[in-house]
Amino acid sequence: MKICVLVKQVPDKNDEIKLNSENLSVDRSNFNFVTNESDNYAVEEALLIKEKLQGEVVVCSFGNESAIQVIKDALSKGADKGIFIENDTNDEYDILNTSKIFNNVLKDENFDLILSGLQSDDIGNGQLGVLLAEHLNMSHGSLVMETDISDSTKIKVKRELENGWFQWSDLDLPSSLTIQSGINKPRYASLRGIMMMKKKPINTIKLSEIDTGANKIDNLKSMYIPQKTKETVKIEGSADEVAEKLHNILKNELGLI
Amino acid sequence: MKILVFIQVDDNKINKMSLEALKCAQGLTSNVTAITFHEGAANELSNYNLNEIILAKNENLNSYSPLHYAKALETLIDDSCNAILFAHTYETRDWVPRLSVRTNYPFISDCIDLKNENDSLIITRQTYQGKLNNDFQLNSNVFCSIQSGCFKADDLESGTTQVNTVEVELSDVANTIRAEEKFKEQKGGVDLTAADLIVSVGRGIAKEENIPLAEELTTLLNGELGSSRPIVDYGWLPHDRQIGSSGQVVSPKLYFSLGVSGAIQHQVGMKGSDKIMAINKDGNAPIFEIADYSVVGDLLEIVPKLIDKIKES
Repeated sequence: MKICVLVKQVPDKNDEIKLNSENLSVDRSNFNFVTNESDNYAVEEALLIKEKLQGEVVVCSFGNESAIQVIKDALSKGADKGIFIENDTNDEYDILNTSKIFNNVLKDENFDLILSGLQSDDIGNGQLGVLLAEHLNMSHGSLVMETDISDSTKIKVKRELENGWFQWSDLDLPSSLTIQSGINKPRYASLRGIMMMKKKPINTIKLSEIDTGANKIDNLKSMYIPQKTKETVKIEGSADEVAEKLHNILKNELGLI
Repeated sequence: MKILVFIQVDDNKINKMSLEALKCAQGLTSNVTAITFHEGAANELSNYNLNEIILAKNENLNSYSPLHYAKALETLIDDSCNAILFAHTYETRDWVPRLSVRTNYPFISDCIDLKNENDSLIITRQTYQGKLNNDFQLNSNVFCSIQSGCFKADDLESGTTQVNTVEVELSDVANTIRAEEKFKEQKGGVDLTAADLIVSVGRGIAKEENIPLAEELTTLLNGELGSSRPIVDYGWLPHDRQIGSSGQVVSPKLYFSLGVSGAIQHQVGMKGSDKIMAINKDGNAPIFEIADYSVVGDLLEIVPKLIDKIKES
């Protein structure tokens, strides 16, 4: 079983967003970078499948220089090797063109499974896994909550639908799955894992040196912080004062106590 | 400008968000075509003011199947459509990316606004958990999915539109994705949609041991306890407490959120609340964009004091 996991480096959810002066890009200088949350669950699911069926877990990321860290973190947890597509250009790519870049690098690897988090916490397209399934002529399952695999021809996945509905689907391999957070309990890297990581291979491919046919974003007109549409009453003071004010609002303004 | 709208049907009913997408299209141009795979839906759509309704028929389209859906729509669209709109549902997210690859049109998902400026489309979507808006200017074909609640289906222009039925050929579609019947878990779970007051906990609650604090406040306020996705993922509360796009959509008189950041996926489930009261440490949390009462502070300090005051009174 040859499994690929796609991981992305994203800013921490609590990081403040500041724009560069042209209002067409985000100032990344003060970000605290982490592995995208649902990607952690995808890594764990890949490791669990490998433990069951043997094989290899290859972790792949596309990003600028610092993003190699998310590959190292996955290797520390037990993935076997990394493919790092380094964006050494100053250009950004929309998700369709990003999928072309991944396709170019992964198309000859013959993976049985590609796992990715269902959506990135920064740009949030939530498309890459399905885009790659189409490029690579694979089946796909999105929003996967559970997997059941016993051989290398098929996988059963429990998918989350809306309004509390679920559905099992039977997928022929090769297949690309987008993993919903909560599917498992992601492990932490052990000290031994971190030591072993240093010996594991990472193949770094510089974007500027490959011909992917991908075009950079050219239709972004502007970025801006959304205007507030609602008037908000700000409640300030010590914890005691705030509690008193909230109590007052709940009791006298809203009549709920 | 020519706009196509795909109409999703769930359990023989038109998905309300698809009608919102249709309303979005009516605001952009008078040349709107609706496409559906469901006969009942096509008949219902004929009461709206549209240019055309296309009913695509094939037995493989009777229930959702991503590969059949993608092939069917692929055969029905051409470069004359400036944009093809969808409701931003899980179903859309499951099959439309395949069309994006096949047609080489970008798929801009979860859009909150579309405008027609001199025949080019200005598309707004949010990034960074709703903290940033991005405007794109499209002069070539594009797929867009529209976020719930951004357009009002009630305002659709009525009229009379003819239904054109098309048989589509799908025999060469591979059968590599085989879905079973859908099902629900946790029968008799909590129905949060009926609650007048919801206290909702998010990551800011910090530890499972702090959940009883929120439960105590909920009981004192005679409400129901809800949560954001991560709390359910951690296993601290069951799935039937979850509010948002993958949980329940609620509109209580008061939504009191404790440590919920308010990502788009969560807001979709609660922004229709009459009043929103939010406590969060992060003053930049998106929840404050839609809050009526905001407290930037530590819920673990404030809530115990609030509980004491309610008990005293």
